[in-house]
Amino acid sequence: MEKKIVVILEQRDGKIKKSSFETLTVAQHLALTLGMTVDAIVIGDRIENASEVFSFCNCQLIHFSHADLQLYSSSAYKKIVVEYASQQECEIVLLSNTSLGKDLAPRVAVGLKAGLVSDCISLEQKENQLLAIRPVYAGKALQEVTLNSEVKVYSLRPNVFKAVQLGTKAIEKNSSVAVLDPDLSNRVKEVIRSEGKLDVLEADIIVSGGRGVKGPEHFNLIESLAEQLGAAVGASRAVVDAGWRPHEDQVGQTGKTVSPSLYIACGISGAIQHLAGMSSSKYIVAINKDKDAPIFTVADYGIAGDLFEILPVLTEEIKKLKS
Amino acid sequence: MKIAVCVSHVPDTATRVKIASDQKSIDPSGVSFILNPYDEYAVEEALKTKEKFGGEVVALSVGSDKVKETIRKSLAMGVDEAIHLKTDEALDSFAVAQALADEIKLLGSELVFMGKQSVDYDNGIIGQIVAELLGFNSISVCVTFQLEGDKVTAEREIEGGKEVVETSLPCVITAQKGLNEPRYASLKGIMTAKKKVIQEKPVGSKSALVENIQLRMPTPKNPGRILGTDSSAVPELVKLLHEEAKVI
Repeated sequence: MEKKIVVILEQRDGKIKKSSFETLTVAQHLALTLGMTVDAIVIGDRIENASEVFSFCNCQLIHFSHADLQLYSSSAYKKIVVEYASQQECEIVLLSNTSLGKDLAPRVAVGLKAGLVSDCISLEQKENQLLAIRPVYAGKALQEVTLNSEVKVYSLRPNVFKAVQLGTKAIEKNSSVAVLDPDLSNRVKEVIRSEGKLDVLEADIIVSGGRGVKGPEHFNLIESLAEQLGAAVGASRAVVDAGWRPHEDQVGQTGKTVSPSLYIACGISGAIQHLAGMSSSKYIVAINKDKDAPIFTVADYGIAGDLFEILPVLTEEIKKLKS
Repeated sequence: MKIAVCVSHVPDTATRVKIASDQKSIDPSGVSFILNPYDEYAVEEALKTKEKFGGEVVALSVGSDKVKETIRKSLAMGVDEAIHLKTDEALDSFAVAQALADEIKLLGSELVFMGKQSVDYDNGIIGQIVAELLGFNSISVCVTFQLEGDKVTAEREIEGGKEVVETSLPCVITAQKGLNEPRYASLKGIMTAKKKVIQEKPVGSKSALVENIQLRMPTPKNPGRILGTDSSAVPELVKLLHEEAKVI
């Protein structure tokens, strides 16, 4: 029997998330390199886009279904994954390091007596070993690690690995398993959504404001630009600590570490904690009055001027471009 | 009720990281160490819980003698007792979690708080591993916490919102920023903390599941271009983002 990779997919509202397709791409690549097969598992009540899985990976998809498992339950999800992976004698478990993945991965690792590397930004076979690279000290340094355990679990940072479609879609191999009597001792009862708000962790573009915005009443400048770009609004720690913005918007070492395609920093000087949290963004734009501000050391493009004068013009120009 | 709170000793977030000559750790010279910021929320929540329901708060920390400094900070905030699980080895997360779990079992504690991650290795996995090793429930990345009898309800932060999670004791809670406002240590607290005895216990050697091959610095970014000093640079910026970077 060929050795197995198990990929844990994540669904929200019945749709498999983009970060899961990134994980499938990594699984596909590893399976080819190591001569392994891939089983993808998804847990939930109903799945609408199951067919998409086969565009990214030649695998079999197993849907564990139960009406009470549409929302996350750490106890039930762990048990399902651990039982399945042990029964299949799987060697590698992959999942995305989302808020669900972060919670689930260590539990699964303990259940499988496996080692875990969390938040990988690279995972490659080197000299007969899987070498994982992960950021430490909020990205100020990188750590290279290997696992000594027989079963190995890796959680992958979202937005870093690109989801790549196969040349030809793989044959759909679907099966469904009805979960009997799931262990719901630890379960999500309800999800409270921040209405109409895009999260900085999931956004492709982020427009962030810092102390240079001068007060919560001026954040409309940031919000208008974000709206034109379909971007999320982020904030520096200074403005979160001042109470101008909620803490879930905070980007940086004690906030969120983000890697969008485009990060626009407005009135942010670039404290080392902030740079750590956003410098892996693909493109960075800085708008700041002080041309010597550290933010310009990581920016691809900068305007060293007054954001109150620049932002309305930028918003207008983007609007023109989009129309 | 004994409430356990796990604290870790980490470099200040303002630290400019330099790699040590062993290529496996950071050079500690000139680095100031602090109580892990997320653990401050954990200590505060443990103290608040004690103030509401009674009991005592016991701090646990794994590491070399240097972690005593951080343990003292938690004592100064109001923690009653402290245990230093001593080792000079750089243990992996699983070994640290095992040491914590063994001690929590001895304490007979049914409620454990710790930060959602420590800001050095940023793993964010120890809370869940401790819970699994002990067979406890756990809720990670909490921004609220409520205890009624043995029923635990907490909100955990997720992408674009929060999840309301229900479970029961025994339970491990990992704290996210926003859970509370950590108190400052009072002068009296600092004085009392100095006099308190920190119990020391050795941690046995354990083979590592995770092998740290090396630490290295990320490749530095090429310096970018400053396009101008006012809005006259905006059209060029938009053009570059659209045509060169292709991100808008």
